[in-house]
Amino acid sequence: MSEEAVLNTNPITPPAQSLYTPFNVVAGIILIVGFIVTILRFTGGLGAVTNLNDNYPWGIWIGFDLLAGVALAAGGFVTSAAVYIFGMKRYHSAVRPAILTGFLGYALVVIALHYDVGRPWRLPYPFIAQQGTTSILFEVAACVALYLTVLFIEFSPAAMEWLGLRRARNIVIKLTMVLTIFGVILSTLHQSSLGAMFLIAPSKLHPLWYSSHLPVYFFISSIIAGLSMVIFESSLSHRYFAHKMDQTHLDEKEGVAFGFAKAAALVLFGYFAIKVVGIAMDNNWHYLTTGYGAWFLVEMLGFVALPCFLYAVGAREKNLNLIKWTSALAVLGIVLNRLNICVIAFNYHLPSDEKYVPHWMEIAISLFVVTLGVVAFRFIVTRMPILYAHPDYQEEH
Amino acid sequence: MMSVSRRKFLGWLGAAGAGVISGGAANAASNKHFKGYPDSLGVLHDTTLCVGCRSCEAACNKVNALPAPQQDFTDTTVLERKRRTDSAAFTVVNRFKQSESDKQPVFVKKQCNHCLEPACASVCFVGAFKKSPQGAVIYDESVCVGCRYCMIACPFEIPAYEYDKALTPRVVKCTMCHPRVLEGKLPGCVEACPKEALLFGDRDKLIKAARKRIERFPERYVDHIYGEHEMGGTSWLYLSGSSFEQIGMREDLGVTPAPKFTEGILGAVPVVAGLWPVLLTGIYAVSKRKDKVAQEEQSQAVSEAVTQAESQADAKLKKALALAKKEKEMAVKKEVKKALDKATLAKKEAKKKAQEEATDAEK
Amino acid sequence: MEFYTLQEFLTYTKGIAYLLIVAILVSVTGFWLFLTDRDED
Ligand code: SF4
Ligand code: SF4
Repeated sequence: MSEEAVLNTNPITPPAQSLYTPFNVVAGIILIVGFIVTILRFTGGLGAVTNLNDNYPWGIWIGFDLLAGVALAAGGFVTSAAVYIFGMKRYHSAVRPAILTGFLGYALVVIALHYDVGRPWRLPYPFIAQQGTTSILFEVAACVALYLTVLFIEFSPAAMEWLGLRRARNIVIKLTMVLTIFGVILSTLHQSSLGAMFLIAPSKLHPLWYSSHLPVYFFISSIIAGLSMVIFESSLSHRYFAHKMDQTHLDEKEGVAFGFAKAAALVLFGYFAIKVVGIAMDNNWHYLTTGYGAWFLVEMLGFVALPCFLYAVGAREKNLNLIKWTSALAVLGIVLNRLNICVIAFNYHLPSDEKYVPHWMEIAISLFVVTLGVVAFRFIVTRMPILYAHPDYQEEH
Repeated sequence: MMSVSRRKFLGWLGAAGAGVISGGAANAASNKHFKGYPDSLGVLHDTTLCVGCRSCEAACNKVNALPAPQQDFTDTTVLERKRRTDSAAFTVVNRFKQSESDKQPVFVKKQCNHCLEPACASVCFVGAFKKSPQGAVIYDESVCVGCRYCMIACPFEIPAYEYDKALTPRVVKCTMCHPRVLEGKLPGCVEACPKEALLFGDRDKLIKAARKRIERFPERYVDHIYGEHEMGGTSWLYLSGSSFEQIGMREDLGVTPAPKFTEGILGAVPVVAGLWPVLLTGIYAVSKRKDKVAQEEQSQAVSEAVTQAESQADAKLKKALALAKKEKEMAVKKEVKKALDKATLAKKEAKKKAQEEATDAEK
Repeated sequence: MEFYTLQEFLTYTKGIAYLLIVAILVSVTGFWLFLTDRDED
């Protein structure tokens, strides 16, 4: 399909040749603002664009861009594991979009980190200069770097089909199994380790969120995030890129949504359960009556229990619409959880006037990074065989 | 079959969690104990002797060539609010009053405590912090990436960051005047203190000295040396006349050395990396095998159906052939019979004719 | 080798653990190939 045809049938891009579509205008503004803030950041230092201080060295660039970003990019490993390792072939059409979302997610996380760390050009230092092997962050860095590479290779066949590199593409396809297993190992490690990073600070993170089970919580909730993102992303794709989908994709789409909703409901149930057990283990019940306790209950009931129930209803009644909205709720819940741990319930002992509130320019950069992702996703799905199987390679899937 | 495999999928994911936990438990059980460097140095801060003159702050500023403060060091109005260390001050003195009218406030000097098992060193992914055998926890600017995880980790809220520097931001904190100590000099603050509220020396001896003070003046001190065990022990030690919580020092930190918090999960890493490939490949093999069996069954069924159809068709053909043969035979028979009949008839006729002719001839 | 602090000990042992992980991942791939090499399919 030619570029023109794509644009013309795209509901967010009206047929008029004008570049000033709502999407383009909003994205354009965000990108321009982001670009300006980028210059400020790298000429004026972190202090010029952030509200970070000595008590809050980590703000939303870590809480949202890194922690939530990595969790939401878990769709790649969850889907490819389900299809290739556990043999659920009927979800096959969901693999490529999930891998693409995952790859873009991780790439954006790495971009965002360049803003956050003080000397981004030193990011490879943990591997080439000196290895801080006792640091959980060392493990996270190693896994994220490796997994980004794995995702890139997993995604590359789509690009190669687009570019007509049949030979290279076939070699990579042969590696699918090894890559998938590698991806699951790396994801298990770094998804859980992101939670483990906070194990070092029991005196700073509120007891309701601090637990020696943090790594398990993070890993399990990343599965929820991954499943929900696949549903969420596919419903958006269906809305805006339906013309790009082939029959298989359209046929399997509902099955994917129902299957993933069922799985997500079950995992949410388990997640809720272990969180409750966690409170009991540390005997933290009495905190539930405090202000932080109320906030904790909002997270647990509104963003864990509720989506669990709604997913279950949606899957039982085959209510696609409900599932779609629930996926958004579940995704929000994971974002909230990561922000709670990194920012809101962190330094809970400090008086409220010393608490960190993000600078608008921090939010601008986070939006900028997300927008980059959406634009890149749009660019790729309108060109490469993501939502459809490439006609020349159909048999080989 | 599909629903079974999904259930299994979730089951394995659960196993993942269990693996992480048990790996952690197994490792935390190690009973090695480390006593720290022998003869390492420290400072004893007797808060009951401190008068809040800020001489130590001034000395620190000079020794470390820090930027000049907004308010002069002799100005004690800065004590009005509680301060923490920042990128321009490696040490600060705070004042604590029991009440507004308290005539005898307590002054406490705050700086890096130079932990025996530093949290900052444990979390740095380039190993920029090191506990030196002399006691100081020193920072290596040349490798620091600026992730600021050390600031997240430090339970005493000490390291600060140069947020205003665009290209060369550093983490900054007290060095316990490591270079001076190596030269055989006293740390700047200790040297400057006019009241001997700071005592520099061998940490073990300082603990003994502190204990002696508590014994000698039990009404003057609470019976606790802050830093002897907190977070596994620190090189800086504190004596106080009132509870440490009241003079802004957290008493809920516990005695676990910081690296212990993450030791378990680090131990789980090789476990996951070692067992995961085995487990996952196994699951893959099983699901592939299942697929193959299903496929074989299917193809077998297909071929059976084909042979059946074939044999059926065969039988039909044979039958048809047989029928045809029979019909043909019948037809032949019929023809033959017809011919025979004809022949007999002709014969009969011929006979008759001959008889007639013969009778005619007799006449 | 003598270790005075837990931190030193962990830096050393975890360093070795990471090297072992790399070795394990490489060897398990090879071993799997060795194991399934002669399977006909
Ligand atoms: S007090 Fe903080 S900065 Fe100082 S050694 Fe301990 S953990 Fe590190
Ligand atoms: S900011 Fe520097 S010293 Fe602190 S943990 Fe990160 S790399 Fe290490």
